[in-house]
Amino acid sequence: MRQFITFVKKEFAHILRDKKTLLILFGMPISQILIFGFALTNEVKNVKIAIVDRARDEQSRRLISKIDASKYFEVKKILGNAVQVDNELKKGTIKMAVIFPANFSSDLAHYNTSQVQIVLDGSDPNTANTIKNYITAIVTDHQRQQQSNVPALYQIIPEVRMLYNPQLLDAPNFVPGVMALVLMLVCVMMTAVSIVKEKEMGNMEILLVSPIKPGMVILTKTFPYLVLSLVNLTIILLLSIFVLKLPVNGSLVLLFAESILFIITCLTLGIFISVKTSSQEVAMLISLMGMLIPTILFSGFMFPIENMPYPLQMISNIIPSKWYYIIVKSIMIKGLGFSAIWKETLVLATITSVLLAVSLKSFKIRLE
Amino acid sequence: MRTIRFLLVKEFKQIFRNRSILVMIIGMPVIQLMILPLAANYEVKNINIVIVNQDHSPVSAKLVSKINASTYLNVLSHLTSYDQALKLAEDDKTDLILQIPPHFEKNLIRDNQQKLFIAVNAINGMKAGLGYGYLSNIIQMFNEELRGQMMPRSKFNVAQEIELEFTSRFNPHQVYYLFMVPGILAFLVTMITGFLSALNIVKEKEMGTIEQINVTPIKKYHFILGKLIPFWIIGTVVFTLGLMVSFFVYGIVPAGSILLLYGFMWVYLLAVLGFGLLVSTYCDKQQQAMLIMFFFMMIFILMGGLLTSIDGMPYWAKMIAALNPVSYIIDVVRAVVLKGSGLQDILPQLGTIIVFAIVLNSWAIYNYKKTN
Amino acid sequence: MDTRALNNEKVIVVDKLTKRFGDFVATDAISFDVYKGEIFGFLGANGAGKTTAMKMLCGLLTPSSGTAVVAGFDIHKQAQELKWNIGYMGQKFSLYDDLTIIENIRYYAGIYNLSNQQISDKSEGLITRLGLQKEAKKLVGQLPTGWKQKVAFSVALLHEPRIVFLDEPTGGVDPITRRQFWDMIYESAEKGTTIFITTHYMDEAEYCDRVSIMVDGKIEALDKPAELRRLYEAESMDEVFYQLARRAKRSE
Repeated sequence: MRQFITFVKKEFAHILRDKKTLLILFGMPISQILIFGFALTNEVKNVKIAIVDRARDEQSRRLISKIDASKYFEVKKILGNAVQVDNELKKGTIKMAVIFPANFSSDLAHYNTSQVQIVLDGSDPNTANTIKNYITAIVTDHQRQQQSNVPALYQIIPEVRMLYNPQLLDAPNFVPGVMALVLMLVCVMMTAVSIVKEKEMGNMEILLVSPIKPGMVILTKTFPYLVLSLVNLTIILLLSIFVLKLPVNGSLVLLFAESILFIITCLTLGIFISVKTSSQEVAMLISLMGMLIPTILFSGFMFPIENMPYPLQMISNIIPSKWYYIIVKSIMIKGLGFSAIWKETLVLATITSVLLAVSLKSFKIRLE
Repeated sequence: MRTIRFLLVKEFKQIFRNRSILVMIIGMPVIQLMILPLAANYEVKNINIVIVNQDHSPVSAKLVSKINASTYLNVLSHLTSYDQALKLAEDDKTDLILQIPPHFEKNLIRDNQQKLFIAVNAINGMKAGLGYGYLSNIIQMFNEELRGQMMPRSKFNVAQEIELEFTSRFNPHQVYYLFMVPGILAFLVTMITGFLSALNIVKEKEMGTIEQINVTPIKKYHFILGKLIPFWIIGTVVFTLGLMVSFFVYGIVPAGSILLLYGFMWVYLLAVLGFGLLVSTYCDKQQQAMLIMFFFMMIFILMGGLLTSIDGMPYWAKMIAALNPVSYIIDVVRAVVLKGSGLQDILPQLGTIIVFAIVLNSWAIYNYKKTN
Repeated sequence: MDTRALNNEKVIVVDKLTKRFGDFVATDAISFDVYKGEIFGFLGANGAGKTTAMKMLCGLLTPSSGTAVVAGFDIHKQAQELKWNIGYMGQKFSLYDDLTIIENIRYYAGIYNLSNQQISDKSEGLITRLGLQKEAKKLVGQLPTGWKQKVAFSVALLHEPRIVFLDEPTGGVDPITRRQFWDMIYESAEKGTTIFITTHYMDEAEYCDRVSIMVDGKIEALDKPAELRRLYEAESMDEVFYQLARRAKRSE
């Protein structure tokens, strides 16, 4: 135990001396949680559109102003013809164009129907679909207003409850995701690099010829990062609660316990990488370049995992942040207890033990 | 020029000698590009719904069958109690719960109106909105139909109807990966060149070789160019590999000019490399450089329009996005590959990137101090 | 052993050179001259300010005040021109571990703008002289420290600089290699190259033409080794150094 304390002190001295790194280590999660917590949104709004109004009458103008007034659309251009529409779509200045025919109102008056053409930028199918729904809803609504004289008979009134997130904010979805992402990448990278650095500098040899057990060496290297990550976690949680106004509906103790487990999982992953690599550069490239996009995609906070092809769903199962994301959501937002997340907890624990076992084994081989 | 040749020979020797890095530079983007676009899928069809029908009347049965028939909603199960359904929502198994209360039909006829209860799993606001939209649409259509059947014709005004005719340009089959592949490719190229260039000078600092360079009469811009060109070439190689993967795996043939694509990429690479070198002139340890690059890469990817739309962000976030070079390359690669945009379409982006490249590189050269 | 006649042409003129890092005065108004072809020993305990002073003379650090003219160039205004005329071998290792000896030579020769003919002549000469024909294509990282240092010294001389600055070049090197290293130093001094060297080995101090000893950022003594011994009534340079260094108030 005294050995342990001596070494941990030395590691802390290293970390605390490097003010620049320390600043980034704490500043980064804070600023990222704030930036992403406020900025990220899945909602499609303020979509820039163009109007081609060949009708130029009362009817079309009323519909146009209704479209422009909605928060979803912003009329950016008034164009003369379809060729111009294509050009603007290519430039990316607009994502949709609404084209009113010349006989818009007269058709409505005589045939009770008229066609409005909608041209979409389909390169992003997600946005295109959403836009399609919005414009349909606006037009339907417009029509209903025009003929509000229909009596309300046999009316079915849907009563909606938005569970967990009544105001449909983006933060409850994104903040747990960003939390998982930031914690994971920082933990993995810092541990991986700090151990590989010792190897690169030749200090590892000194530690290995000393009578300390290899397990102890690794433990003392990672312990400071566990502490730092917990400090980070606390700051992130405080920001989420007081600045981003996220609720903690479940038990805070449980949340912390699960977070410690997740941090340990990530630290173990870092150890694993460091055992398998020999230069800082490679360790960094693996833990960032190799992991950044997969972690974002497979955590499930950007794209639903159940939509992925089956093999990719399998891959997502070995990404620790996916499980942590589910856990955080369950505890913070849904207010569930341990009984709801024991499976996820078990998976994290399993990943941790497997990684740890493999790392310790390869670490010993290096000694012999 | 001759000096630069010597610098380049040295950098390339070092790159080719480091096999594990080389494998990562080449292998990682290829593998990621082959897998990841398929993971980024917003299939809106997969919205799950649980129906709690406590009415068991012909009307409610008809509504249920309407929902069953919808291609957008996937009926997960029929349950009898709301609490059971809520459990499924807690486990994120279902996105929607529709509860049809007892005596629904009876009350509807007696009171002329009746409520339906919908619960939406709203953590993911986007999915919630979409799912609710689909469901209420179905209910509304069902309602109109019902009214049409139950009310005498004469009472019913003939409605004027505006028909919307949709045409979708550029991606008629609405394949999501078509949209993701160019974007992910652009980001992969950014990440590789950005990380490598940020680490490079710092590595020389950490090893101590930079001091030897600094006592030589080498010119600052020679030195920076010697660092920039190798990664510029690597970036081009990675981009080419990526285009090949796009073609052979996804069958994507750029709709626009390939030359334009490369032209823009070359200018863009200068900007990214300038940024990487700038970061490395500010750091003395690889770890620092890596952390700083990581910070920026996170912002680049999450605020670059790759995964979520920039349009929906608040004003200040849009400003950040405007300073994010990645948002331009993603925009342009998508535009040229999918929409066939030409030079005149991407001029604003090109201009911005040229400014970025000049500013970042001059800053890097200025800040690379041979003397302390 | 020392058959060289000392030239009285000054190649380094240092006048009240000072470097402050915040409140800390690393180098405190030092003044001295170094003559052409001289082997000038620059001694001092760790933290005495040697490396700082040397880095200023090489144009790696900007002085806070004072002036110095090195090889005829003002280190303030003519740092770039100065660099064509000096060679440097730092404390940290200056060659690339992941390049071969030949590749390292070509790289540095290229930076100094040597012609292709010169480069191939020089590298061939250098390798033969050091007897490294077999190792020429090996990665530098695989060489023993002593060999690395010899190669690094030769590389620092590639462009035939007028002055070479050596910062503890023989640290961690075995006695035989150190001896060979000093033979190389003498050889180049005989050709008229000025050698400016810092060291912790007092036997090496004896090999220098003149020695300066820095204590707490100031030069406390400067003379021929024999004169210094006489002045401090010491039997060896070791003792001289000990007497002076003991006065130091600051440690590392």
